[in-house]
Amino acid sequence: MITAGIDCGSKNTKVVILDDNNILSTSLVLSGFDQEESAQQALNNALEKIGITREDVKHITVTGAGMDAIFFADDNITTVTSDGKGTFFLFPSTRTVIDIGAEEGLVVKLDENGKVKDFGINEKCAAGAGAFIEAMSRALEVNIEAMGELSLKSTKKIPMNAQCTIFAESEVVSLIHQKTPKEDIIRAVHDAIADRNTSMVRQIGIEKDVALIGGMAKNIGFIDAMNRNLGFDLLVPKDKIAPEYISALGAALIAQEKIGG
Amino acid sequence: MSNAESEKEYWRWTESRFTNPDLNWEDADIISAGVDVGSVSTQAVIMLDGEIYCYSSMRTGSNSPDSAKNAMDWALEGTGLTLDKIQYVVGTGYGRVNVPFAKRAITEIACHARGANFIYGPEIRTVLDMGGQDCKAIRCDNRGKVTAFLMNDKCAAGTGRGMEVFADLLQVHINDVGKMSLDVDEEPEPVSSTCVVFAKSEAVGLLRKGWPKEKVLAAYCSAMAHRVVTLLLRLGIEEKFAITGGIAKNIGVVKRIEDELKFKAPEPSIDPQIAGAIGAALFAKALVEKERKKA
Amino acid sequence: MTKANYGYKDGSGEYFITIDTDLCNSCGKCVEACPEGVLEMAEDELDPLSDEIIAIVSEKHRKKIKYSCAPCKGGETKELPCVKACEFGALSHSW
Repeated sequence: MITAGIDCGSKNTKVVILDDNNILSTSLVLSGFDQEESAQQALNNALEKIGITREDVKHITVTGAGMDAIFFADDNITTVTSDGKGTFFLFPSTRTVIDIGAEEGLVVKLDENGKVKDFGINEKCAAGAGAFIEAMSRALEVNIEAMGELSLKSTKKIPMNAQCTIFAESEVVSLIHQKTPKEDIIRAVHDAIADRNTSMVRQIGIEKDVALIGGMAKNIGFIDAMNRNLGFDLLVPKDKIAPEYISALGAALIAQEKIGG
Repeated sequence: MSNAESEKEYWRWTESRFTNPDLNWEDADIISAGVDVGSVSTQAVIMLDGEIYCYSSMRTGSNSPDSAKNAMDWALEGTGLTLDKIQYVVGTGYGRVNVPFAKRAITEIACHARGANFIYGPEIRTVLDMGGQDCKAIRCDNRGKVTAFLMNDKCAAGTGRGMEVFADLLQVHINDVGKMSLDVDEEPEPVSSTCVVFAKSEAVGLLRKGWPKEKVLAAYCSAMAHRVVTLLLRLGIEEKFAITGGIAKNIGVVKRIEDELKFKAPEPSIDPQIAGAIGAALFAKALVEKERKKA
Repeated sequence: MTKANYGYKDGSGEYFITIDTDLCNSCGKCVEACPEGVLEMAEDELDPLSDEIIAIVSEKHRKKIKYSCAPCKGGETKELPCVKACEFGALSHSW
């Protein structure tokens, strides 16, 4: 039974197409200003990849910040639910899910059956989310994909005082003027955002195993900083499916359940 | 517009110095000074027995120990008075630890309250200072002593820097933001995101919907004013109420604050930008008096 | 009554620790109670002419107080250790 999950993130819209628990295809497009259009686009891309049509998809469940704008979906579920579902499917030992996206961070606690026990959201401040890394990559004139790798090359820990993305931009500029090596600045940037998110996780309570998903989970520098902060390694989706698709995966799984799959 | 050009445009004030021709430092009992090093500007005020003798206000530049000295030298220019004859110097502001010739550093909150009391008079009980990178709300008594404060320097929303980002986005000269924001038939809904980073995306969306620049500015100034007001209300506002700092010159924000609070802020007789340095100089005088009492 | 409000308001909310410096008797129990080192004893910066030592929020934490205090906020017990430690009620959290 083919189902689709659409995650309407504030930056990117992700789609996962499932057939009886097998991941058939995924796709990602920029969310832009017309959320519904991007969702259509993402879905069509994913369908084209495996040569099937809309009619082949039996149920579409949507999730994410922009989900209310998607009228062609069959139903919607909260990101908290989809995060928990998708992560537990991949890693059944997960009891804590950390999802850091472009504009917000989410922590979800699961019980041994994968059911949501508790959750917390860190939102509305860019300094706690991917928007922070993006802004810093612009200030440093570094490709955002290279940020994580460069942070691991740092040899010195330097303090970062600014807690706001806007002020951090100015701080980075003055650090560059002082000839501070970019790698050290980038490391400080990653440590800062990891510190903020670790504090929020500690507020909800840490229970192993802890998984990291969302766009930021692609950043090896961030993963490293989080591992250091928590004192153990986080589970990060890698081989089967990329971390930014987990919420969409969760939605597709829920879609399956809805039609009795 | 090149980066250098756009940086020049953010200077909304001119550097200045002043000497009071009616005073003679040789007749003074206590010569005290205050230096306020800010993220954007530095002021030095020299007082004779608690009266302003001379002062300067200039760009901080990138090296704050130098800017303190430069401001002091410029303030003293042509007076014949030299640094060594000043009995006590107090440093304040962001760079307060970087005034190498200061005997003591005092927080800008205490200095600002004292300075506002001096500029606006003893009826002042609430001061709102909106600077380049921070927002301070201060309650004080009739002697300018702080009774409550609230400083926000963590978040760019409600600061000059936040406003700069918007001016940049809309390609509007920052001096014109206030006026343009008032040029709307109907007050629009304020921008819903407090965070400047997200408000920017929101603004782009509004422009795409066909909103004219004036309306977008109105939405942002409205959000900023509301944010500042909620901070003030947490502190409680008592009349008289004064607004100082760079954003005090943005009539779009000031008018909306006054409308929401139903208070009107008085016009200052002295450049409000030197309030911090005045307060520091007054504290310096008080500390000389204290030392004398002990002796 | 002299109230020092340390903290900030950003897009996600208002986070202030308020210390009433008149009520503070300099016992230092709140400093000991805090597991994150948010509080410390120092000269009253609002009253530069006095020599009193009172409790303040350390400069390092003022701009990230939401994060510094997060671990204590999540617990089952609603009472924060710092607020509980102060017999005079000089300390309060806005969130």
